[in-house]
Amino acid sequence: MITVENLTKSFAGRTGPVVALDGVSLEVQAGTVLGVVGPSGAGKSTLARCVALLERPDSGAIRVDGTDLVSLDGTALRAARRQIGVVPQGDSLLRQRTAAGNVALPLESAGVPGPQRRNRVAELLDLVGLTDKAGSYPDQLSGGQRQRIAVARALAAGPSVLLADEPTSALDPDTTGSVLTVLDRARAELGITVLVVTHDMAVVRRICDDVAVLEDGRVVEHGKVLDLVSDAASRTAASLLPAIDQNPLAESRFDRVADVVLVGFAAVGALLPEVTSRFGVELNLLGGGLTRLAETPVARFRVGLKGERADSALEWISEAGASVQRTLKGPQGVAA
Amino acid sequence: MRTATPWSTVFDMLVDATGETLYMVGVSTLVATVLGIPVGVWLQLTAPGGLKPRPLLHKALGFITDLGRSMPFVVLLIALTALTRLVLGSSIGTSAVIVPLSIGAVPFVGRLVQNILSEVHVAVVEAAVTTGASTLRIVRSVLLRESLPALINAIGVTVIAVLGYSAMAGIIGGGGLGDLAIREGYQRFNDRVLWATVAWLAVVTTVIQFGFTRAARVVDRRRHASV
Ligand SMILES: Nc1ncnc2c1ncn2[C@@H]1O[C@H](COP(=O)(O)OP(=O)(O)OP(=O)(O)O)[C@@H](O)[C@H]1O
Ligand SMILES: [Mg+2]
Repeated sequence: MITVENLTKSFAGRTGPVVALDGVSLEVQAGTVLGVVGPSGAGKSTLARCVALLERPDSGAIRVDGTDLVSLDGTALRAARRQIGVVPQGDSLLRQRTAAGNVALPLESAGVPGPQRRNRVAELLDLVGLTDKAGSYPDQLSGGQRQRIAVARALAAGPSVLLADEPTSALDPDTTGSVLTVLDRARAELGITVLVVTHDMAVVRRICDDVAVLEDGRVVEHGKVLDLVSDAASRTAASLLPAIDQNPLAESRFDRVADVVLVGFAAVGALLPEVTSRFGVELNLLGGGLTRLAETPVARFRVGLKGERADSALEWISEAGASVQRTLKGPQGVAA
Repeated sequence: MRTATPWSTVFDMLVDATGETLYMVGVSTLVATVLGIPVGVWLQLTAPGGLKPRPLLHKALGFITDLGRSMPFVVLLIALTALTRLVLGSSIGTSAVIVPLSIGAVPFVGRLVQNILSEVHVAVVEAAVTTGASTLRIVRSVLLRESLPALINAIGVTVIAVLGYSAMAGIIGGGGLGDLAIREGYQRFNDRVLWATVAWLAVVTTVIQFGFTRAARVVDRRRHASV
């Protein structure tokens, strides 16, 4: 588990100090994946670098499994680093070493003897699906393969947490998928806690349980992805849910128009059809669509309702567990 | 004008002088490399953004290094006579040249090495830091190992530079190819010796350059050198 409490960090800028982190508090539960997102310059990398013990915060605490790491030095610091696997931003492999040699580096640092080291390297290469590339040099690997080797290296010393800063930037969608699969596997098979910095919402969509939105060095949103998407006002919802095209002409035909967010198999599959039979209203899908957050199907539809009991129908939908976000027509705020 | 020196004599002169040059240059480069690499490592470690940033120490070390580099070799050759006598018991002869030659080349190697090490990408170094590796291990396994091809090339450059400096060895009776060209060829108007030496120097330099470039390529695991 990673706990970040009230972290502040500023850098000396030309016109006075630049505040990169302004009282950031976060928690990543053991065995879960947190995505840190936010606009450029928000402080995401600074946060990741502080947790990776590459940058010393001005104040605040960073706890990994309960131990505060901020004040450590020397040997204690190096030992603490082995608890934290890091996939740095950009190309970080040794170009003069083979893939296997790169994965072995943390084991050498930890003083693991040769035969044991080779076994462990083989295990990790298997985990990231690159056993056949053991003898290849980084320049003979694709970007995605290099990144997977970097993940294997980060996992080599058996850390309890894994940090990755933009692990998929500069990768195409397919390759991104292969890197995310590896991260997901690390969590599933090793029970590792993951903090991933990204600007790519596909990363959040695919592997994150929780998300934290950073802006100007502050956390402006933090919670479970599935909770946040149900909140109409959240940035997470805005960026993860299917977009809805405006279609005023179609909407004008209905008595009520609302945006409905449905989370989970049951809701997505059954809720809307049931409305029609239960309330005798005509219900049409005007826009939106279906997506998947990790394993969970999630939908946002714009629905148009026609019939006397349209308001009751909307109320029932929201009581049944879906979130009805806006009533675009008719009395506002029928259900929230 | 006397008659031209017979080719066989020119050949003998070249053989002797080549032996002296290779001895002076070889030993000096070796010493300069052994001493210069730590200087370069230290410069890089203490540099701003290095692994152990110590700006003041870095500046001081950099200043001394650059001072050493800008010192004309002739001055060093003469100024270090006392030191040479202390180390070797004599301040003239081929061996005696090795002391100033080595010392003169240390700052040269130091700067070259620092420049090369600074080329290792920050992300690569930081990745090693996050594995909990000690500074010594990072220097060895990351900085120096990743730079090996460039370092080999730098040693090649150093050999050529030292070869150039060694031409002045004649001042303290060091001999060698440069001395042969200057004293026998130039000052005694012996054109045959002069041009033969010049041609031979060109060959030697080219071979050395080629050898080091080749060696650097052989150890390089980056794409352009798929061995
Ligand atoms: N070493 C540094 N020296 C000075 N300022 C810095 C340093 N590192 C970061 N900053 C500043 O701190 C702020 C946060 O930077 P950071 O790199 O954490 O942003 P980010 O969220 O990762 O952005 P991006 O999405 O562009 O990577 C920026 O204003 C940046 O200019
Ligand atoms: Mg960043």
